[in-house]
Amino acid sequence: MSERVSPFGFARDFITGWDALATMIVLALLVFFAEASSGLMQPLAELQAMPLSLDPSHLPEYAARTTLRMFAAMALSLAFTFTYATWAAKSEPAGKLLIPLLDILQSVPILGFISITVVFFMSLAPGRVLGAELAAVFAIFTSQAWNMAFSFYQSLRTVPSELREAADSFRLSPWMRFWRLEVPFAAPALVWNMMMSMSGGWFFVVASEAISVGHTSVKLPGVGSYIALAIEQRNLVAIGWAIATMLIVILLYDQLFFRPLVAWVDRFRVEQEPGSRAPQSFILTMLVRSRLIRSFTQLLRTLAQWTNRLAPRVSSTRISHPSRTHRLANTIWLSVIVAVLIVVGWQGARGLVAHTSWSDGLEVIELGTITMLRVFVLIAIASLIWVPVGVWVGLRPKATRIVQPIAQFLAAFPANLLFPVVVFGIVRGNLNPDLWLSPLMILGTQWYILFNVIAGASALPGELRYAAQNLQVRGWLWWRRVGLPGIFPFYVTGAITASGGSWNASIVAELASWGDSKVRAHGLGAYIASATAEGDFHRTVLGVATMSLFVVTINRLFWRPLYYYAERSFRLA
Amino acid sequence: MSAAEPLLQIEQVRKAFPKPDGGELLVLDAVDLELRQGQILGLLGRSGSGKSTLLRLIAGLSSPNAGTLRYLGKPISSPAPGVAMVFQSFALFPWLSVFENVALGLEAQRLPKAEIRQRTLAAIDLIGLDGFESAYPRELSGGMRQRVGFARALVVHPDILLMDEPFSALDVLTAETLRTDFLDLWSEGRMPIKGVILVTHNIEEAVLMCDRILVFGSNPGRVLSEIGVTLPQPRNRLDPAFRALVERIYVEMTARARPGAAGLRPEGLQGLGIGTILPRVSSNLLSGLMEALASEPFDGKADLPEIASRLQMEIDDLFPVAETLQMMRLAEVEGGDIRLLEPGMAFASASVDERKRIFASHLLSYVALAAHIRRILDERASHVAPMSRFSDELQDYMTAQAAEQTLRAVISWGRYAEIFAYDDDSATFSLENPS
Repeated sequence: MSERVSPFGFARDFITGWDALATMIVLALLVFFAEASSGLMQPLAELQAMPLSLDPSHLPEYAARTTLRMFAAMALSLAFTFTYATWAAKSEPAGKLLIPLLDILQSVPILGFISITVVFFMSLAPGRVLGAELAAVFAIFTSQAWNMAFSFYQSLRTVPSELREAADSFRLSPWMRFWRLEVPFAAPALVWNMMMSMSGGWFFVVASEAISVGHTSVKLPGVGSYIALAIEQRNLVAIGWAIATMLIVILLYDQLFFRPLVAWVDRFRVEQEPGSRAPQSFILTMLVRSRLIRSFTQLLRTLAQWTNRLAPRVSSTRISHPSRTHRLANTIWLSVIVAVLIVVGWQGARGLVAHTSWSDGLEVIELGTITMLRVFVLIAIASLIWVPVGVWVGLRPKATRIVQPIAQFLAAFPANLLFPVVVFGIVRGNLNPDLWLSPLMILGTQWYILFNVIAGASALPGELRYAAQNLQVRGWLWWRRVGLPGIFPFYVTGAITASGGSWNASIVAELASWGDSKVRAHGLGAYIASATAEGDFHRTVLGVATMSLFVVTINRLFWRPLYYYAERSFRLA
Repeated sequence: MSAAEPLLQIEQVRKAFPKPDGGELLVLDAVDLELRQGQILGLLGRSGSGKSTLLRLIAGLSSPNAGTLRYLGKPISSPAPGVAMVFQSFALFPWLSVFENVALGLEAQRLPKAEIRQRTLAAIDLIGLDGFESAYPRELSGGMRQRVGFARALVVHPDILLMDEPFSALDVLTAETLRTDFLDLWSEGRMPIKGVILVTHNIEEAVLMCDRILVFGSNPGRVLSEIGVTLPQPRNRLDPAFRALVERIYVEMTARARPGAAGLRPEGLQGLGIGTILPRVSSNLLSGLMEALASEPFDGKADLPEIASRLQMEIDDLFPVAETLQMMRLAEVEGGDIRLLEPGMAFASASVDERKRIFASHLLSYVALAAHIRRILDERASHVAPMSRFSDELQDYMTAQAAEQTLRAVISWGRYAEIFAYDDDSATFSLENPS
């Protein structure tokens, strides 16, 4: 209430202070888009003739291009989410196929596939930068889309039956129901997942901008290429500049995009916990207060109403029973997908069998085991450090207010930007890469453990804590009976995210370079990375397939049972 | 220890919490209290009277700003071993079974395993939870959960049992069963406790269970009066003496409530000043109470306990409604009675538009804040004003939280009376009708 005070006084004039501010920001955004998209149709040769420069004055432009790629991928991910997840949720047979498929896609380390997709996209726009751009955007998309689709699917499945029945009784068309009920209901969880995806995407941006396929190497202007170049030239100062740029970029999009979005979708929450504080955003206040923006959103609203009118009305009978043609179309679609999957799988398997041997298979399984050990040990170490810290912080509201945003920010920061610094140290100090490269895998993902534990500890009800105090429960008994069980479901959520992220990170973390010196640890990640660098398609596929197999198996046999156990036994009612 | 020595002695206790703006929020002021052996002491008062805070002080979960608390003559400075607590929300650990929940306090005392087992089973047995040892709280009904809460408190053999509204989260039938079971165990001396403090806002519950009742006033919380209950156990709610006592406490609470309670600050005859904290009472409740009062069998005048039970409302819910009507000069509260005034009678029988007109005129005449907001809106050329303009003003008189509550109350009344509009998205008052 009191924090809503406007610094500009209030609307008595035609143009308010909020309007002026909004206009400035909109103009700045327009300039940004024009700048960032100008190079798209450029021929590739021109790009190669104009090499990247490590001069920090280019960084704003590079950062703009990188950010635009991120948002393009985010738009793509949203489109994918709205179609794929909706289809999976609305049609039962489709869901049976699409959801496990999504689960597997989620576990595939896409980093290994970038070189393959590049060939495809370059052929779409031969000789133009656009092809490489599309490949980069696609790589980022693959890192963002899956968890968003999952979250949306979950929300669609859990729309409260009263709301669904209300929509039925008012005979909303499917189009209206989607935008008026399902999307708003799913919005809070979806926005949270968009934020997670955005953080994940940064990791891929760095890897996907500088691509080498066989003999040609493309460096798209962007922060990722800048870092790649800095590593080639062993320029630690330039890496420092890049890290500073990323810090600013992340802060900016968090403030300008996600904060307002989070504050805005808060109104769509179905159950409001009393006493919980609504999120606030300066930018959202501006958007709401500015009359110019208001008239613009009014226009959008009118357009939306118009689409509602255009959408076909639902017939009054048999609302929940899909028509026969509908079902037929569904079946045909599914059959096509299954057929494509079988053909691709068959071709892939044949190629693999023809070009690899049993010893290759044994090698990747051995390397996969090494990487698996590394991931588990790292998660264990990170847990030993961050669980006590997180509980300590979470039980103190003041500390939570300070630490929680920092932990979330660190989780959003692409940790691979810091790799060169560590590799530099390993090369200088002649350290054992098998040991010292390992921490890089968890550098960016450990924060998920920390902020989930903080959230868990601060969610522990006051009366439970009083009860423990009243019964004089202290020390190890307190941790065993109160603290650890209380945060367990939260911890498992954090550890699952951290583990998945670490597997993916292994591809960049186990094989790192500094100028011409390469540091290599034994592991499946290094195997995939070197196979990709050598352009060995079959070993890349073998490595990626094995890693997916490892991740899916570990998820099914370990994390998933643990998650359900935690949900069942430790969730506070 | 001699039987004459009180279990618990509290003298001139004061508790205040710091406010963000540097001031302090006084929750308890000059509280004296004594718990003697073999007694059930009731702390009766409305929400916000600091009863629960006092209970936490006694349990040693927080410490007072001034005054002394002594348990068996020794000052209480940390969670006291002889004091066990039963919580309103049960506060069971969802990941521990019934047995583990009950055993937790004994484990904390590092007793031998065999003794823990034997005492835990005995407590479970005593409280009627036999057969549920391995169940988890989520498998139990509310009543069974609270039984676990009792067993967990009793198993440590406390001298004093503190109960923080232990029955208010239960349905009426379950609550009554649990009360009776508790009183049976208590009167048969089968519980290892020497004294009980029961916090409640339910007058009948206090009269049913307690030997002595301390009536608490709010803002700040303080003891208004002490009432001894000499009726023999088991007590009968329909007994005329029982009814008379309930009635007396009602009168006591309304008589005291008139000037001070709910923070309504009287400021002369011209109505209440802008600095008055307003309770959040919906216009539906206001018209509902007026309608009930105007209709049979009350014909404009009712006994508060009677109309409360007819409307199935707790005093916590009824008092603010009655006081709001009184503040707007639509009704009058006196000596445990509420009487509808002339405009109130007119309101009850009026049409929707007529009702709004009556309500608007009383709102503007007697609630200074509503009149103030309306005047500012009229004065401004744009007829628009941000909420922050008024919340800043109110915060000269009250906390930010109270200002929020007060503004929300006035917004709801103003919207009903159609004297101004409010847009929550932009947090602005205006005179326009919403588009």
